[in-house]
Amino acid sequence: MSDWRTRLPAVTGHRLFWPVVALVLLLVANAIYRPSFLAVEVKNGHLYGSLVDIVRLSAPLILVALGMTLVIATGGIDLSVGSVVAVSGAVACLYISRQPDQNSLGSVLVALAIALGIALLLGLWNGTLVAVIGIQPIIATLILMVAGRGLAQLITSGQIITINSDPYRMIGVGHVLTLPFAIVIALAVTLLVALLTRRTALGMIIEAVGGNAEASRLAGIRARRIKILVYVASAACAAVAGFMMTANVSSADGNAAGLWVELDAILAVVIGGTSLTGGRFSFGGTVVGALLIQTLTTSVYAMNIDPQTSLLFKAMVVIAVCLVQAPAFRARFRRRRSRGAAPAAPVGENRKEQVAA
Amino acid sequence: MSDRPPVLTMTAISKFFPGVRALDGVDFRLFPGEVHALMGENGAGKSTLIKVLTGVYGADAGTITLDGAPVSFSGPMQATAAGVSTVYQEVNLCPNLSVAENIFIGRQPGRLGSVRWREMRRRASALLARLDLDIDVGELLGNYSLAVQQMVAIARAVDVQARVLILDEPTSSLDSDEVAQLMRIMRQLRDEGIAILFVTHFLDQVYGIADRITVLRNGRLVGEYPTAELPQFALVEKMIGKELDTLERLDERAGRDRAAVEAAAPVVEATDLGRSGSVAPFSLTIHRGEVVGLAGLLGSGRTEVARLFFGADRADQGRLAVDGRPASIRGPIAAIERNIAFCSENRRTEGLVGELSVRENIILALQAARGWLRPVPRRRQDELVRRYIEALSIRPADPDMPVRNLSGGNQQKVVLARWLITEPRLLILDEPTRGIDIGAKTEIQRLVVQLSDDGMAVLFISAELEEVLRLSHKVAVMRDRHLVTELANDESLDAERVMRVIASGAEQKERDEA
Repeated sequence: MSDWRTRLPAVTGHRLFWPVVALVLLLVANAIYRPSFLAVEVKNGHLYGSLVDIVRLSAPLILVALGMTLVIATGGIDLSVGSVVAVSGAVACLYISRQPDQNSLGSVLVALAIALGIALLLGLWNGTLVAVIGIQPIIATLILMVAGRGLAQLITSGQIITINSDPYRMIGVGHVLTLPFAIVIALAVTLLVALLTRRTALGMIIEAVGGNAEASRLAGIRARRIKILVYVASAACAAVAGFMMTANVSSADGNAAGLWVELDAILAVVIGGTSLTGGRFSFGGTVVGALLIQTLTTSVYAMNIDPQTSLLFKAMVVIAVCLVQAPAFRARFRRRRSRGAAPAAPVGENRKEQVAA
Repeated sequence: MSDRPPVLTMTAISKFFPGVRALDGVDFRLFPGEVHALMGENGAGKSTLIKVLTGVYGADAGTITLDGAPVSFSGPMQATAAGVSTVYQEVNLCPNLSVAENIFIGRQPGRLGSVRWREMRRRASALLARLDLDIDVGELLGNYSLAVQQMVAIARAVDVQARVLILDEPTSSLDSDEVAQLMRIMRQLRDEGIAILFVTHFLDQVYGIADRITVLRNGRLVGEYPTAELPQFALVEKMIGKELDTLERLDERAGRDRAAVEAAAPVVEATDLGRSGSVAPFSLTIHRGEVVGLAGLLGSGRTEVARLFFGADRADQGRLAVDGRPASIRGPIAAIERNIAFCSENRRTEGLVGELSVRENIILALQAARGWLRPVPRRRQDELVRRYIEALSIRPADPDMPVRNLSGGNQQKVVLARWLITEPRLLILDEPTRGIDIGAKTEIQRLVVQLSDDGMAVLFISAELEEVLRLSHKVAVMRDRHLVTELANDESLDAERVMRVIASGAEQKERDEA
């Protein structure tokens, strides 16, 4: 009895508590609207169901948001991820479309390698602008956000490149061990990035740079290198997301691929509790944030909400989550509640309640 | 004084934070036309009391009355409107706005929504003239020294019809002239009937200006005393709650084994090292086991010298040799590779990463030197951190607490610990004892003596001459960005002589004349 009472504040105070609550509430609402929503079944050795779909569809966003988390942790921001998605998808599809045998695994791998390489260069460009030349991150990456779109259209010659490659399509819609391949990729990248940052000192060093860049420099941290590294990592994540998105539809559209994904990614990071001012970051939070955003999108379609109001619906949920996470809002809410609960209570009572809340 | 009723009374104020009693039944009175010093070590509850008073925090118990009427401010704005103004330790103004704008921000003289700029400038000039401050009010605030910024903050505070003026360590970054100017302004305001609550770590200033002293310790009231009836040593005893003989014990060590140190191998030798626009070329040698004190006024180039040794700024003239070999130190990393460590005077902006834990802050430099691919094993981290938390008595002794939650003295110890685990051979300490309590100060001074006895070279910078003289083998004096002379710290050297050199810039000439 006293056990859960002491533990409860620790749970409700956790920075992932409210995003998870919002996610669960959305899922419950969907389940009420359509009871089959929660059903997961195995068909032809593949896992099927709305829940699986949500995770599969959120895979590209999770990837982009992971890279974004690293960038934001250093106090930066990367607006160019959407364009990198478009460029990498376009490069991969263009290369494959030129091959005599589009189903050759070898040429698909070459296509992926070329596209990934170009994405790394784009990340290096961002990192150089920010860390070496010293342009503010929002401006530096805005340059590539605009130029990258143009680059993607140049690559596709303004057309939509359609390909017919089974190995490539596999990235978007294939299955491995009953699981959609996209989920496996997202899971693998998440684990890889988490291991790279938390098993080494990279995570702490990124947090130090984001928390106090000058103090980090004076402590001997090569802040410049770290910053370049996170922009390169962000571009790499965006490239893999680009493969997924284009593989999903077996075509590359330089204009539409990854459009506005940077905003969803930033949102996912913020919902996940990583501060835009840099410092402490949480991959777990980011993944929950990305899942929440995708669940919202899916719910809007599943519940037949008028597409014209769907953005509004999405915005309201996001505002609610951000509000309950905001310290100022919570403090105000708490004060009001304790005042309203016991207006005539002696001071001691009031105090206890505040501590408990 | 007692014939007038107090303008402000705080009765039985308590404030709790999770796990901490920051204030426990504290009483405080403030009379009109007095300067009242609020004293206590870091963590005694001074800042909390001020924040409760100005409404930053709500009190958990107790009452506040202003002019006999109970008040409860919901924030500093409301407190200011009621006549309780605060000037904080770190200037809370916008350096990117003009002086006049800073003074009138939020209450610009205007008409129909438009600002009457000329009127604003005129009133700002008049206000500053009252404080004997003759500066261009159209200039950006950031272009002025910290001292001027501080005075502008005070001008802003008193212009809003303040009856209570709270000065929270306003002098910690000022030099002695500026302090004198500030004291003059404080006296003037006091004579005008304003009640001034003054928080400072400098005992001299307290005895120079305060009428009464209230002492806090560990969140409790120790007592309220007329300054004349409380001798300095009694005040220190009340603040730390134990007799302090460590300072005297250190005194006996001054001027120790200077010859041996001079004979030791030099760790660093600067020859005509300089950086244009920052510090004129200087030569300075620091030997193994030697403590070199760097004295001079604020802005005389003390910090700039330190930064050149560490590579925080890059020297553009002269040579630097480490262990007798020429070394080009192009940045902090190059300095750290040569076992040079630097504790900046700005703990908050250049020292600590506030969000990270005590443990992470302590291992930061060591980790940076190893590179991110080779993390310091967790067991070794825990062992190092535990050892230094114990050795430097960092409180609270919780390695996982965010470092910003620690008091100033403990934060300083965290920065020190960070560098000590890198086992430096030259330790540069820039104002390591500024703004921290006497207990922690003594501990840090003792540590410097111990480290140099063990062979570490130390460059010790402090505005407090007593401290420099107590610890150093020799004292280098800075003046107007020149290193003017080196003084051997023997029996003949005292604070007065150093001050004369700082003031005149020449020791030799004076001797000749004498």
